[in-house]
Amino acid sequence: MSTISNTEEGLRYLDEFRDPALARQLLETLHDQCDRLSQQRQKPLQIMEVCGGHTHSIFRYGLHDLLPDSIELVHGPGCPVCVLPKGVIDDCLRIATAPDTILASFGDALRVPGAKKSLLQARAEGADVRVVYSPLDALNLARQHPDKTVVFFALGFETTLPATALALQQARASSVDNFLVYSNHITILATIRAILQSPDMRLDGFLGPGHACMIIGTEVFRFVPERFGIPFVVAGFEPLDILQSITMIVNQHLNRAPALENQYTRVVRDHGNAVALQAITEVFEVRESFEWRGLGAIDQSGLRLRAAYRAFDAEHCFDLGQQKIPDPSHCQCGEVLKGVLKPSQCKLYSNQCTPEQPQGALMVSSEGACAAYYNYGVPRDQCA
Amino acid sequence: MISVPEHITLSQGAGGRDMQRLLDDVIYQYLDPLSLQRDDAATFALNSLAQSGDRLAFTTDTYTVSPLRFRGGDIGALAVNGTVNDLACSGAIPRFLSLSLIIEEGFALEELRFYLQSLQQAAHSAEVTIVTGDTKVMPRGAIDGLVINTSGLGVIPSDRQPGIDRLKTGDTVIVSGFIGDHGTAILGARSDLQLDIDVTSDCKAITPLTELLFAHGGVRFVRDATRGGLAAVLNEIASSSQQGVRVRETAIPVRPAVRSTCELLGFDPLSLANEGTFVAVLAADTAGSALEELRRHPHGLHATAIGEITDRRPGKVELESAFGATRLLDMPRGELLPRIC
Amino acid sequence: MCLGIPAQVKTISNEAAKLGIVEIAGVRREINLACVCKDAQSPTELVGCWVLVHVGFAMALIDEAEAELTLTLLNELGELQAETQGARL
Ligand code: SF4
Repeated sequence: MSTISNTEEGLRYLDEFRDPALARQLLETLHDQCDRLSQQRQKPLQIMEVCGGHTHSIFRYGLHDLLPDSIELVHGPGCPVCVLPKGVIDDCLRIATAPDTILASFGDALRVPGAKKSLLQARAEGADVRVVYSPLDALNLARQHPDKTVVFFALGFETTLPATALALQQARASSVDNFLVYSNHITILATIRAILQSPDMRLDGFLGPGHACMIIGTEVFRFVPERFGIPFVVAGFEPLDILQSITMIVNQHLNRAPALENQYTRVVRDHGNAVALQAITEVFEVRESFEWRGLGAIDQSGLRLRAAYRAFDAEHCFDLGQQKIPDPSHCQCGEVLKGVLKPSQCKLYSNQCTPEQPQGALMVSSEGACAAYYNYGVPRDQCA
Repeated sequence: MISVPEHITLSQGAGGRDMQRLLDDVIYQYLDPLSLQRDDAATFALNSLAQSGDRLAFTTDTYTVSPLRFRGGDIGALAVNGTVNDLACSGAIPRFLSLSLIIEEGFALEELRFYLQSLQQAAHSAEVTIVTGDTKVMPRGAIDGLVINTSGLGVIPSDRQPGIDRLKTGDTVIVSGFIGDHGTAILGARSDLQLDIDVTSDCKAITPLTELLFAHGGVRFVRDATRGGLAAVLNEIASSSQQGVRVRETAIPVRPAVRSTCELLGFDPLSLANEGTFVAVLAADTAGSALEELRRHPHGLHATAIGEITDRRPGKVELESAFGATRLLDMPRGELLPRIC
Repeated sequence: MCLGIPAQVKTISNEAAKLGIVEIAGVRREINLACVCKDAQSPTELVGCWVLVHVGFAMALIDEAEAELTLTLLNELGELQAETQGARL
C-alpha cells in the first residue's frame, strides 16, 4: 500500500526549494568547503541571518543541526515586531481605548507586552482591536465605519512599507477622512549599518534580507563587502536558498574575495521595485533617529509620514511616542540582537522568559530568535 | 393561527406560551417525537443498555463557531459530531444526546431551522437519539448568534479498554486522514480574511472508523484532534503517558490548500483544528492490518502511520523533518493570529 | 521577516484599481497589483504570471527563467558532489 505524500500537488516556487535530496548534497558540498576552509582559519565563520524569516526556516527544517561546526549562525534583528519598544505598545493601547476608535493591527503585534499588558489583553477588556492581513483591509475598515476613527498600526521593514504607502495614497485620493496611520516602520538598511559600526561586531558574513531587497534592490548593500570586507549574499527563505547562500559566503572566504551576491534572483533585482520605491518616497520621510528595543536609538532607521500626509498621521492626532519604558534589567535582548549572546545564553531564557510570559520582545513573535529557540526545544545553555 | 415570528424574541425564552409555540412549531419538528422525553428528565432502562456493554461513557461540550456555517458543515452538525466523537474515543457506542440551544435575541428563525435540520441529519447518521434538551434566549449582543451544548451518553463494550496508561514503547501512532481541514475551512469562511479556499471541513462522526479499529483489536488509545490540532493531541499523549512521541513530518497527510493557507497566514497545519479526524495509538504488530482495514472505508482512505511511541524523551513530541533533523513540537498557544513576518 | 508567498495571477477583478485574484494551490484572494504593473501597462497582461505576495500586495514578479537557473545550478552542484564523492571511494 502506498503511503500518502503531502506534496503530491506542490506549492510552486516553494516545494522545489525544499527538496531534501538536493539539500543533502548541498550540505555535503558545504562540509567539504568547510574542511578546506579549516586549513586557512581556525575560528568558526559567524554568519548573521538578518531576517526572522530565515531564522524561522532554519529552525523549521533543523538546518542549524545539519551545518558543519565551523558555521555559526547569528540571528539578526530582522523581526520588526521584536524590536518595537514597549512604549509603542502603550501608545497603541491608548489609541485602542480612545472613544470611537478602532485600532487595526497585524496579528504579530497582539501578543507583544507593553508596560502593563498586551493588545490581546486590552481587546479582552473591551478595547476595539482588529487584526488585519493588509493595510488595505484597515482602510476598508475605515470605509465601513465612517462614524469611527480607524488607526492602522503600521510596522515592518522595507518589504511592508510600499503597502502602507499605497494604502495612504488611496486614502488621500478618495478622501477617507477617518483613517490614520501610526507609523513604526523601520529600515533594515540603517540597522545593518548600525550593526557593522558597533564595536563588538565580529561577523564574517550576512545572509541578506531577500524580501526587503525585492523592494530596495541589492546595490544598496554594496558598501558591506566594499567598505567592511564582509560577504553579503541576498538570500531566499527556503532551505535550499539558505544552504546555497551559505555555500556562496564560504566560497567568498575560500577565495578571499568578499562580494555582494544575489542568490534570490527569481525575486530580487539589482535595483528593486521602482513603483514601490516611488510610493515610499512620496509618502514617507526618514526620522533622525528611532528607538529600537534592545538596540537603543539608531540614526535614520525609522520612517514617518511626510507633511503632505499630516492629516493621516496618528502622531499628530494622539499624544504619542513620548514615553520610554525600559525592559526588565536582567533582560539581555540587546546582546542577543547584536549576536553577542545566543538566546539560550540569556539569564532569563526558558525560566523567567517563555512565550507564555515573555520578558523581552524576542520571545514574543514566532520570528524572534528566543521564541524560535524555545519553540524548537533548544535547552538553556548551562555554561553561560 | 398565530405563527412564530421571523426572529427569535426574548419572550420565547421566558417559559410561557411563546416559548411553547417555539418548541412545538419549530424545535420539536426536528427531533424524533418517539424518543423525545418531554418530562423533566429522560429515563432509560438499565438492562437494555447493559446488553451492549459493562460501562457507560458520559461527556459534555459546548459549541461556538464563527461563522456558524462553513464549507462542509455548520454549528448544528458540529454539536452532534463533536460529542459523538468524544464518546467514540473512549470506546463507547454513542447512544443518547441532550441538546441545549442558547439563542441570541433577533436570530432569524429560518437560520435556526437550518441548523436544527443539520443537527437532525448528523444525529441520524451517527445513530444517536436526542432525548432531552433546553432552550434559552439571551439579549442581543450577549452571545454571538447561537451557542449549542450537547451532552452524550454511550455504552462501552466490555472488551474495550483504551487508556493512556496502556501505551508501550514501539507502539504505532496513526492519523485517520488529512489534518487541518476544519481549521482551514473556518479560515475560508471568515469574512475578514477574504480568502476563498477549496477545502471542506472534515466535520463528521468518527464512529465508522473507530468501530472498525476496536473490532480489529490492538487499540491502545484514541483521541480526536480538535482544537489545537494534531500538535495538541500528540503533546497530550506525551505528557499524560510520560512517554516520548516521535513523528515523521513528511508522513503527515496535509492537503496542498491547507499548506498554502498556512504559508499565507503564517500558521502551522499541525495546530489547525479537525472535527472528524483522530489520532490512534496501536500495538505495532496490529497497526499494518488495522490501517489496511481503515483504508478500505471511504472515510479512511488517507489513514496513515505517522510515528511511534519512544522512550527517548518522556513527555515530549519529536518531529523529524524531511531533512533528517529533529525538533520538538510544542503545544500550540492560544488564538491563531495571522502573521506578516 | 516579511512572509512572501508565490501565487499566480488568475483574473483581474478591477482594472482601474489594479486589483486581481491570485491563487496558490486552491487558495484565492484579491490582491493589489500596482507594484508589479509598470506605468502604461494594463494589469490584464499579468494574468498567468507568478508574483510574490506580501500583506495583500504583489511586491515582485517571479522570474521563471531565474528560478530554473537556480535549480539547475543546485542540481549541478549536487552532481558534482556525487562525482567527487565517487572519485574519493
Ligand atoms: S530570553 Fe527573553 S529576556 Fe532573554 S534575550 Fe530572549 S527575549 Fe530577551
